Amino acid sequence: MTDYEAVIGLEIHAQLKTESKLFCGCDASYGAEPNANACPVCLGHPGALPVLNERAVEFAALLGMAIESRVNPVSIFARKNYFYPDLPKGYQISQFDKPICTGGRIALTRADGVAREIGVTRAHMEEDAGKSIHDRSDATLVDVNRCGVPLIEIVSEPDLRTAEEARLYVEKIRQIVRYLRICDGNMEEGSLRCDANVSVRPQGETELGVKTEIKNMNSFKSVERAVEFEIERQIDLIEDGGEVTQQTLLWDADRNVAVPMRGKESAHDYRYFPEPDLPPVALSEERLAEIRTRLPELPDAKRERFVSDYGLPDYDADVLSQSRDVAEYFERVANASGDAKAASNWTMGEVAREIRERKIEIAEFLLSPERLAEIIALVKDNVVSATAAKEVFVAALEEDKSPKTIVEERNLGQISDASELDEMIDQILKEHTVAVEEYLAGKEKAIGFLVGQAMRLSRGKANPQLLNKSLRQKLESMK
Amino acid sequence: MTPYRDYSEKRRLLASGELSLVENVEAFLARIEERRSLNAFTSVFADEAIEEAKRVEKKIADGSAGKLAGMVVAVKDVLAERSRPNTCCSKTLEDFVAVYDATPVKRLREEDAILIGRTNCDEFSMGGSNENSAFGPARNPIDETRVPGGSSGGSAVAVAANLCDVALGADTGGSIRQPAAYCGVYGLKPTYSRVSRYGLVAFASSFDSVGPMAKNVEDVALALGVIAGYDENDATSADVPVPDYVEAISQDAKGLKIGLPKEYFAEGLNAEVRAAIEGAAKALEELGVEIVEVSAPHTDYAIATYYLLTTAEASSNLARYDGMRYGRRAKGERSLAETYRASRTEGFGEEVKRRIMLGTFALSAGYYDAYYGKAQKARRLVREDFKRAFKKVDLLVAPSAPTTAFPLGEKIDDPLEMYLQDVYTTPASLAGCPGVNVPVGADAAGLPIGLQVIGDHFDEAGVLRLAKLIGERVGGARSSAE
Repeated sequence: MTDYEAVIGLEIHAQLKTESKLFCGCDASYGAEPNANACPVCLGHPGALPVLNERAVEFAALLGMAIESRVNPVSIFARKNYFYPDLPKGYQISQFDKPICTGGRIALTRADGVAREIGVTRAHMEEDAGKSIHDRSDATLVDVNRCGVPLIEIVSEPDLRTAEEARLYVEKIRQIVRYLRICDGNMEEGSLRCDANVSVRPQGETELGVKTEIKNMNSFKSVERAVEFEIERQIDLIEDGGEVTQQTLLWDADRNVAVPMRGKESAHDYRYFPEPDLPPVALSEERLAEIRTRLPELPDAKRERFVSDYGLPDYDADVLSQSRDVAEYFERVANASGDAKAASNWTMGEVAREIRERKIEIAEFLLSPERLAEIIALVKDNVVSATAAKEVFVAALEEDKSPKTIVEERNLGQISDASELDEMIDQILKEHTVAVEEYLAGKEKAIGFLVGQAMRLSRGKANPQLLNKSLRQKLESMK
Repeated sequence: MTPYRDYSEKRRLLASGELSLVENVEAFLARIEERRSLNAFTSVFADEAIEEAKRVEKKIADGSAGKLAGMVVAVKDVLAERSRPNTCCSKTLEDFVAVYDATPVKRLREEDAILIGRTNCDEFSMGGSNENSAFGPARNPIDETRVPGGSSGGSAVAVAANLCDVALGADTGGSIRQPAAYCGVYGLKPTYSRVSRYGLVAFASSFDSVGPMAKNVEDVALALGVIAGYDENDATSADVPVPDYVEAISQDAKGLKIGLPKEYFAEGLNAEVRAAIEGAAKALEELGVEIVEVSAPHTDYAIATYYLLTTAEASSNLARYDGMRYGRRAKGERSLAETYRASRTEGFGEEVKRRIMLGTFALSAGYYDAYYGKAQKARRLVREDFKRAFKKVDLLVAPSAPTTAFPLGEKIDDPLEMYLQDVYTTPASLAGCPGVNVPVGADAAGLPIGLQVIGDHFDEAGVLRLAKLIGERVGGARSSAE
């Protein structure tokens, strides 16, 4: 039996989060009424001309810098010619032989701990096409809102070897574009799209096998499953004495199968040529340097710094660095409170839970890092117990009040006053003579029960350390 | 016919009240009606023009009128005018109405020009005789059995026959200069990028230039000053200051050094045209202008290079006319591919189809390098010819076309013959240089002969200054159509 190796290359399209479209002033945001965002330029009216959105160029350059591409001082737009109803001009303005970014690399770590470095061939700017809506029986409708929305297409080298690596690669790209705040990375809404080229070959073979292209993978899980499906399909085909034919497949996530795309299998000749309506895109050294100042710390660097500067465990650093917003939230809490581990626990625990339950992003989370740091300080200073702190947290979030005010209003302050504690202890010792006897008889564990009772009596407000200490002293003195 | 020589005189008459703008516009409208057989216009806006005239008269009276107040302008039917048909003389756009103003149109309006109508042309500007029009050919006012030239034939006719003061044309490979030559008027193709292309329906984007046509250099200069200049809606428009062309042409041209490119006087040039151009050169020399022979060695490649590049660009530019969003869609139930095919087959004329096919071929995989790629290199060589020449001389003088206006139908079945008409205009188009046609007399049949002045990039002032000198001192035949 032959061992096979899969060779996978990915093309990722990321919608750049600019306010306006790539070549006109129309709103580029998602979700407007069909055909609300349209003008003579994006409708391809006779005589209309494209004007480049400089913001999109900066976003593309930022991406290039983040993935260690060479950001070219001159790049050229080209026309990709083909007919389709959702392509108003009959060509897509893209980049061809002179893209804005050349080369680059993406580092991955597989679940088995193996580190991989995946080459990036290029990244180029292009405009999105519109959307064809086929769900009516009598007609196909076209929504042009998406026409002209800026995209960056990132093309990987055929360096990926497993379906897991393919998924990790897409996840990493998404993480980076979100860190750069140039794309919201939503695969379901299509702001991040991925096509995979897959071929297999016997282990040790250097020639590439015949590849197929898989489209329509709308989630990370789909990427992994679709690639896995296609690798197995191709191996089975070859094992059965067949041959792989070059074709385009569509992933059907409901049925977990990739099916050949209908029709148009004839190889397209896109007749690329330089776009005469747009001058070459020139990026001066000064401009590139200016853009570079906007490059944020990237996830890998952040993770390492969280370990080295804050002494966080690897696990915490990894979780917190997944999202730039979360990482920045954590860091503000850590700096304001001076307690990184507590900041980490709160961010990964209560904060993450609230965000999950409210189905919001951390950017929309209303409790400021400074207030959370105050809560951490209240616990540290024994003003409130850990349990009460959670109540303060929820109240601060819902009532938009300072944690101190909440502690006062709700009387959540910890009882650290010795005479008050003594009074309670006396009462407990009187009420629970059996447990006292047990303790005095040498059953140390009985103290736990007594502490619990005292805590209940204080409605959770007794300072646990002081309570423990006083109770033990009292019991010892009774021996 | 008009009681004024040029616009500045018209403006004086309007200001003094000796001329009524409404009556002037009515006279133009009447003449347009009288000379309908010329087929110069595809649409005329009589009521709007009169309304405009009333409005502008008031502005002239209260002193708030723009630079071109009351100038009656005809616009080639390839430049968008809001709420007006923009047919490009093609069946595919016969019912299309523009939703915005082209920048040159907008700038004319802002200076209170009166846009009286849209002029006939070859379909999508593809042709040199105005015979490729869905509205039928425009006719040469000097001899109605002859072509007016093209593609901006209707604009040249409208000027020559006194149906307007100034017309806007568009020139890709000679489409302003050649019809101006055939009809005996001035027509300027500015430097590529000097005038915004926003709203000019694209034929070949890296060539297309909008320019004015008129019976005198002054009006060309005046109109150019208004339409030229950077436009944020056209990324290829030049951010180069616009000089005062009217002031510039008032300066003496005698100190200029002029080159005659010998390749333009080779085989194929009609003897009478040659004699007229050489005569003009001699007359200039006698006025003290220095004339030298120069060489533009790649002139022979111009036609082939031009037709490869422009058809390639056109094949892409015309892809949008697919019957999906606007324009003609073939009737009947068909598949998507069949709808495309049928709509485009019905909508486009023969010449347009021929060029789309040529251009598609030139860009095809496997042929790109041999055709489009090579043509781009040849374009650079032609451009260098001009660069070299303008190191030696200030301006070039050459014929605008190899012959005078030819009979309707003569070349329509012979595309190559037709393309050869562009032999003297395509080089400057490839190089992006400005060129103006200057009428210099007539042949034995009384047909106008055109001389072309070509200048270095952005030297419209020099080009127009020499055009003025030639027109005044060397003797331009005024159109006999008046």
